[in-house]
Amino acid sequence: MFTDLPLLSLVIWLPIIGGFLILALGSNADNAARRLALVVSIATFLISLPLWTGFDSSTAAMQFQEKAAWIPAFNINYHLGVDGLSMPLILLTTFTVVLVVIAGWEVIQNKPGQYMAAFLIMEGFMNGVFAALDAMLFYVFWEGMLIPMFLIIGIWGGPNRVYATIKFFLYTFLGSVFMLVALIYMYWQSDSFAILDFHTLKLSLNAQILIFIAFLLAFAVKVPMWPVHTWLPDAHVEAPTGGSVILAAIMLKIGGYGFLRFSLPIAPDGSKELDWLIIGMSLIAVVYIGFVALVQSDMKKLIAYSSIAHMGFVTLGFFIIFTILENTGGTSGAVLGIEGGMVQMISHGFISGAMFLGVGVMYDRVHSREIGAYGGVVHTMPKFAGFFVLFAMANAGLPGTSGFVGEFMVILAAFKANFWYAFLAATTLILGAAYTLWMVKRVIYGPVVNINVAGLEDLNRREFLIMALLAIAVLALGVYPAPLTQVMHASVENLVQHISVSKLP
Amino acid sequence: MTPDVVEFAPLAAEIFVLAMASFILVLDAYLPDSRRLIAFRLTQLTLLGAAILTWTQHQEMIGHTDRMVLLGGTYVADTMSMVLKMAVYVISAGVFLYSRDYLRDRGILKGEYFVLGLFGVLGMMVMISAHNMLTVYLGLELLSLSMYTMVAFQRDNGVASEAAMKYFVLGAIASGMLLYGISMIYGATGSLDLAAIGRYVAENGVTDNKILAFGIVFIVAGLAFKLGNAPFHMWVPDIYNGAPTAVTLYIGAAPKIAAFAMVIRVLVEGLGGMHADWTPMLIILAIASLAVGNVIAIAQTNIKRMLAYSTISHMGFVVLGILAANKAGYSGAMFYAITYALTSAGGFGLLVVLSRAGFEAEKLDDLKGLNDRNPWLAFLMLLLMFSMAGVPPTVGFYAKLSVLQAVISADMVWLAAVAVFFSIIGAFYYIRIVKLMYFDKPEDEAPIQAGFDTQMVLGANGLAVLALGIYPAGLMAWCAAALG
Repeated sequence: MFTDLPLLSLVIWLPIIGGFLILALGSNADNAARRLALVVSIATFLISLPLWTGFDSSTAAMQFQEKAAWIPAFNINYHLGVDGLSMPLILLTTFTVVLVVIAGWEVIQNKPGQYMAAFLIMEGFMNGVFAALDAMLFYVFWEGMLIPMFLIIGIWGGPNRVYATIKFFLYTFLGSVFMLVALIYMYWQSDSFAILDFHTLKLSLNAQILIFIAFLLAFAVKVPMWPVHTWLPDAHVEAPTGGSVILAAIMLKIGGYGFLRFSLPIAPDGSKELDWLIIGMSLIAVVYIGFVALVQSDMKKLIAYSSIAHMGFVTLGFFIIFTILENTGGTSGAVLGIEGGMVQMISHGFISGAMFLGVGVMYDRVHSREIGAYGGVVHTMPKFAGFFVLFAMANAGLPGTSGFVGEFMVILAAFKANFWYAFLAATTLILGAAYTLWMVKRVIYGPVVNINVAGLEDLNRREFLIMALLAIAVLALGVYPAPLTQVMHASVENLVQHISVSKLP
Repeated sequence: MTPDVVEFAPLAAEIFVLAMASFILVLDAYLPDSRRLIAFRLTQLTLLGAAILTWTQHQEMIGHTDRMVLLGGTYVADTMSMVLKMAVYVISAGVFLYSRDYLRDRGILKGEYFVLGLFGVLGMMVMISAHNMLTVYLGLELLSLSMYTMVAFQRDNGVASEAAMKYFVLGAIASGMLLYGISMIYGATGSLDLAAIGRYVAENGVTDNKILAFGIVFIVAGLAFKLGNAPFHMWVPDIYNGAPTAVTLYIGAAPKIAAFAMVIRVLVEGLGGMHADWTPMLIILAIASLAVGNVIAIAQTNIKRMLAYSTISHMGFVVLGILAANKAGYSGAMFYAITYALTSAGGFGLLVVLSRAGFEAEKLDDLKGLNDRNPWLAFLMLLLMFSMAGVPPTVGFYAKLSVLQAVISADMVWLAAVAVFFSIIGAFYYIRIVKLMYFDKPEDEAPIQAGFDTQMVLGANGLAVLALGIYPAGLMAWCAAALG
């Protein structure tokens, strides 16, 4: 019944307008700002639900389309639409922002209005990135996201926040401007900025390789892949909890989404030509970054590195498909790889968000992120410890949690490509367990180490609510992932079909 | 040949501005200091009147033809001249408004500022509508002489006087180069009329072009100086820094639009047939400007100097559009020049507002903690800075987009890649300003005083950068039509 409304425009513009309203409230209306932010974020989440309930999962076509001329001089349109790849990510975004708003409720005392506004405006931009079907519209949202994130890290971040945020901004800006050149090049070739027109555009191998590299610069920085990942630990460590959650849960997914929406379908031959590079980078991320995570003494850094390792799985799943297609001749293995990557993205959104929120809960009380400053938290915060251990298990890929599903699918697909890919990828089951559980052991268990920990108070109602919601999501997706895979199946199927046909002229 | 009276009608705006400027000059001599604002109000009215005249004359012309060449081929009225003049009026009106309080606080609220400003506007109008090398030169000199004097306006200020002297000497050399080039073109083609030059080039340019090519070298050098392109950029930082901020504001905004018009008139309408000769020169200018502007700006601690280097890099982008030598490039460059002038007016306008009696806001540190002192102004500056960096959804992004698109469609993808590479470097010093405003604590707690009208217009200026970014189609269509 809601499907007649311009739902996509609403999930983009409602939070943006809400954000500006909050800014207009001024700096003396902190409580009103918080309440308004909560109302807007919940309303946006509710509006995004019909996207899922009204979604027709039998087709790969774009749904909920909206189209209007925007800049006729360049044939740029305000063109929105979602398929099975983008719809789940929009829901993930709207859900996560609600949690972020609640999580920042009391913790943020410095200009809470601007804080909430920045998150809401960013939510609108992120939804825009997932919903845009016009390359320029996509780019506008993609770059626009940088502005609020830059401010969030820089204003509310930790001690070294300025360095971190400038590094974050320049890294991502560097990646994206070359994508801009590639987009304009394709506009010159096709006379259109529609992403779907780019998909059918014939391109020579050289052009495809260059375009692929330009996209790789943009998306690899965002994912982030080794060796352009170094901004992430800095940004994560210095960002406020909400910022870390959004970064890990959604921003990183935008890079993965970009591979599926742009790199693979636009430059399939270029992707095939360079898939060894991505697979190599992904495996290095999984194995090497796993070891790096092991030696971290800062909890946020540890989770940040674990994010990079987990995102390595996503890109691995996306790019082993060419070998699978060649080995098996059928598409089912390739579909498994991409779906595994997608599930991993959604699940990592929940788990990493939960982990960062967990660290945030401790940080708000003790004001330290050092593992060494904790020990025996379970004695003073039993409820919290329960949740934290659950999320840690999920992060390590325990069956029954969502973390297991995606990793398992990708490893399974990797076996069809090459035994050694699968072998190296599977080391994450050991490494992931090692760094996560070792941290849990040191932080949660053992005797109470100092008076800070002894004086900890357990979760309050607000924190309990967030943790419980995330725990439900992690377990539900782990036990019964079918609703998610069903939604994306037709789109992934279609994508693989599209990729398996050469686009050379 | 005596020009018909009717032929003067399309010049109504120019004539009106000239008459009013002379009137204000005389009137101001009889005004007591307490009533100085009359000159200011009359100036704004003049700009309004000129806008109305330009618009009505254009509407009248458009019914019959879309281009009129008048007065023996020295003056042209077309859509481009209308759009650019309108932009000059709007931006100059904003500039005069921002300057008013600044000048009053320093005791230099004299009628001369406005009179010189108006003569400068007249010079820009002549440059925009010039259709003859001599008219181009006439307009340029009228503008330049006004600006030399304005820089020296605060006569007790040694730095400003030095800047004015430098500006005058270097400007004279550049004018000389331009004239030298013009004389060579005249020698080769036998005409100063841009249409006649264009015809000659179309017929003989390719075969017999040695002296023409030499002429182009000198003309390009002269134009590059006026635009402020590297390697002819030395004057820009010194003059921006030395001049009173209100004058920097004037120099940094509308004259860029006029300089763009001059380049289009001379290089494209006159010597367009020789673009194979001037494109490589402009490529060098563009890359040098982008490199010099963006890299050196990082090292600046004075915000006026930093914005001066930023201007150099932006003019590199304008040249980038022109060198594509296609319609998309010209209209892209035009869009860039107009929106840059708007952004620059806003940026310097904000500095003017932050300055107060006995205090100049010109160090980067003066912006520290602006968000704590005045969130609204900080937000406006944020928009302006991101627009200069070319981050959507601000208009600066579309300016870069339209220029890059033209460069790529001229099959110079590598040049586009170079340009975006330097704009990454450029992004650093723009976001550094945002960092100072939002992340640092204020050093200076003095309240920011600004008149209500200044705040309104500054707000409109900043929001225009955002509004044009969300819906750039209108202005883009104007620019495309102007070069149709």
